[in-house]
Amino acid sequence: MLLVALAWRSLRNRALLSVLTVLSIALSVALLLGIEQVRVGVRESFAGTIKGTDLIVGARGGTTQVLLSTVFGMSAPTGSVSWATYERWAAHPAVKWAVPYALGDAHRGFRVIGTTAAFFERYRFRDRTVTFVAGGPPTTDAEVAIGANVAERLGYAVGSEVVLAHGLAAVSFAEHGAHPFRVSGVIAKTFTPIDRALYATLEGLTVMHEAEAASGGLMMGPPTAPTTGPAPITAFLVGTKNRFETLQLQRELNEDRTEPLTAIIPGVALAQLWQTIGSAEVGLRVVALLTLLVGILGMCVALYASLEARRREMAVLRAIGAGPRTIVGLLVLESALLSLAGALAGTALVYGGLAVARGPVEARFGLALQSHALTSVEWGILALVVGAGTLVGLVPAWRAYRASLADGLAPKL
Amino acid sequence: MTSTAAIAIAGVTFGYGAGRSVLDVPTLEVHRGERVFLHGPSGSGKTTLLGLIAGVLAPRTGEVTVLDAPLHTMSGAARDRFRAAHLGYVFQMFNLIPYLSVRENITLPCRLSAARRERAGDPAAAAARLADALEIGPLLSRPVTELSVGQQQRVAVARALIGAPALVVCDEPTSALDADRRDRFLELLFTQVTAAGSTLLFVSHDLGLAARFDRTLALGALNRAAAVGDPDAATTATTSAA
Ligand SMILES: Nc1ncnc2c1ncn2[C@@H]1O[C@H](COP(=O)(O)OP(=O)(O)O)[C@@H](O)[C@H]1O
Ligand SMILES: [Mg+2]
Repeated sequence: MLLVALAWRSLRNRALLSVLTVLSIALSVALLLGIEQVRVGVRESFAGTIKGTDLIVGARGGTTQVLLSTVFGMSAPTGSVSWATYERWAAHPAVKWAVPYALGDAHRGFRVIGTTAAFFERYRFRDRTVTFVAGGPPTTDAEVAIGANVAERLGYAVGSEVVLAHGLAAVSFAEHGAHPFRVSGVIAKTFTPIDRALYATLEGLTVMHEAEAASGGLMMGPPTAPTTGPAPITAFLVGTKNRFETLQLQRELNEDRTEPLTAIIPGVALAQLWQTIGSAEVGLRVVALLTLLVGILGMCVALYASLEARRREMAVLRAIGAGPRTIVGLLVLESALLSLAGALAGTALVYGGLAVARGPVEARFGLALQSHALTSVEWGILALVVGAGTLVGLVPAWRAYRASLADGLAPKL
Repeated sequence: MTSTAAIAIAGVTFGYGAGRSVLDVPTLEVHRGERVFLHGPSGSGKTTLLGLIAGVLAPRTGEVTVLDAPLHTMSGAARDRFRAAHLGYVFQMFNLIPYLSVRENITLPCRLSAARRERAGDPAAAAARLADALEIGPLLSRPVTELSVGQQQRVAVARALIGAPALVVCDEPTSALDADRRDRFLELLFTQVTAAGSTLLFVSHDLGLAARFDRTLALGALNRAAAVGDPDAATTATTSAA
């Protein structure tokens, strides 16, 4: 009781120094928790690149390749999937919806994708739907919707005339002016690969191929079906009626006898991909660790300085008969209180800051900063800060005790 | 059972760390109720001797018996408890805890020692009584940072005397005071020490105060380690030889 009273009075007496110490601890804690939040946010944003789709089905190939070609528009598709196969699976009783997805063409470095209007309804990223800042999805075979980056970089707007070409080269030598497209809509920024793509209808894509074939252009995209009927696609997205049936359906798709397919669960594939390319996360972790180190060191210096200035006081307490436990207890209690207050203030700062910054940060960087409860890592950080703050009090406490034994009764200092 | 000696030192040597001996005192005795004036030049080891008597320092060899307690055999913690219960200590300056009020500073020993609290009765009332007697009554609720040096020293005396410790030790308590204040301070100190029935060991280099005490001790005469490398002691020795 005496200790608490003394510690409290002493901290209040040096209010400015106490507040500054708490502030410096709070800032390190806020920085640490902030970095942790960003780390989790980056991971969740990545994981949120595609949501709501239970399975992505492509021609037989690697999981990562199906994911990269379909969701990220990177790497070549694993092959083509016939329209008949798509229709067969779309009618499967476990399938709630299926969206065809044809990839392969490019326009000045941006991917062109053929799909249906359902794509814009079904596709989710970070639990959001695709919206248009202007216009809407393509409705005819001469229309194309464009991502935000495409609009920005190429200066297209609704109504712009666009000549689409085969291949991924920025300047294609097989441009086919025979079939120009008109921009039907500009998609609102998603911070996902959608921003870097153009979306035509399936028929639009087919017409484009035919025009190309007629003009003797080079074939670089997926092979066109020689038969009549809709052209083959490169993948299709599936939503299941019941989440529990997803695994069963995945197995069935992978064992399709008529056409070799690979069905992937986007969430799982994204998590796998993140593990292989997650070095950014490691980097953030290293930064966080260094910050923690510097923060705790700074806190130790602040606490130590404030305690060193009080050796005289310790000498007086010793002369009155305070034992080592009282002296050590007092100093340790003070540093514990300071670091605890710092940890609390830092946590409050982060959550307050998140509440304010969440909107702007998502709008500007597409980073979803969720205000989740403290993770075990964050609890660990707080415990470490308070623990280190308490322990650092032991050092000057012990020194003060030793010093007061040795020279405390001298009137100097 | 209770001897008449408040302080009995026998064959004590002491040095800081592994350094040379600062003190080598074959014998020193102070009787109960006595008021003893101890003087010696600066750096001669007066404060060090008080540290040994207060049990803050432990001797290298020899016996330090205070109020019949053999400090040289006791643990550090036991000496701390003993000091809290039976000793009042006044420094030359900076005696007070800056973040406590005058009243809280005076009653602090009662919070550290049950014995002091019991003897004081109601600590707040005891503090008020002492403060009145020492003419600092109106200052009780003030923060100590607002006090003059003379007022601070009186607060220190009140704190040393609350709960009537059997031994009061003052280490040059008047050296920061001017002559008028010094005399008044001594007067008040004596009155209160007498009222509490305490033994007083008063250290100063100011020999002008010696006449008021029962007995005067020169540390130079008690301390065999003093002559070693101490220019003041060497001069004294030469003078006495001539
Ligand atoms: N904490 C200490 N560590 C080492 N030497 C000390 C310490 N305190 C005092 N001394 C030395 O011990 C001697 C006696 O000091 P002190 O007892 O303070 O003398 P006085 O009180 O008579 O002025 C001096 O030489 C001083 O330098
Ligand atoms: Mg001294």
